[in-house]
Amino acid sequence: MKRKSSNEFTLEFLSRSANEGFARMAVACFAAQMDPTLNELEDIKTAVSEAVTNAIVHAYPNALGKVTVHGRICEGNVLEITVKDRGRGIPDVNQARQPMFTTGGEERSGMGFTIMESFMDHLVVKSVVGRGTSVQMRKKLSSRLKVQK
Amino acid sequence: MELNAKSTDRNLLLELSGELDHHGARDAIAETERAIDAALPRRLMLDFSGVTFMDSSGIALILRAQKRMQNLGGSMVVCHVPQQAKRVLEAAGICRLVAVR
Repeated sequence: MKRKSSNEFTLEFLSRSANEGFARMAVACFAAQMDPTLNELEDIKTAVSEAVTNAIVHAYPNALGKVTVHGRICEGNVLEITVKDRGRGIPDVNQARQPMFTTGGEERSGMGFTIMESFMDHLVVKSVVGRGTSVQMRKKLSSRLKVQK
Repeated sequence: MELNAKSTDRNLLLELSGELDHHGARDAIAETERAIDAALPRRLMLDFSGVTFMDSSGIALILRAQKRMQNLGGSMVVCHVPQQAKRVLEAAGICRLVAVR
């Protein structure tokens, strides 16, 4: 079921690691209009960094491809972020989501999905081998201004 | 990502600064290992006070440094970890495996 959104953006970039910082800063700037707390903003940046890094490291090994980040502000001050690639896909999503599991060698810790799960409220991973992967995350922000009134 | 090494009397202090993501960690991991191999320390201190952002790439760096130190029969401590990086370490359960001060 698709939720209604009051604002949204789409960002597309090449799977170069220099874009990891760009993607998380862009999402943080978009989320700023929701008046997040500093902790919430850091959680969002961290989760986006993990999802985008996964696409850059795993989707297009030894090649460059496109990574798309789609952000939406949904009812109830919920931020929804979807990171998509059209890369090689994940053969076993449940296995990939296990803590410490990685195919990325010693440069990676295998904790990316664990961190996304822990910093966001909701995480859905869909993948088709040879077609690509989509990671959708949602987080409800506390809306500080309303609390203060 | 910058790394500053200070070695005295087989104590190695590595000060990391900047954004420790996958982009920054690749060089930082290699530099950390080079610094350990050059100093062969008994004790390694990783100072995170200058780390402005960290994701799970920082965990890989910490675990690799720890493994290197274990192979040398030495010890390692991670100190001055800013709040955002600390929450990443806690979410991943790393504080049970590594001395974080």
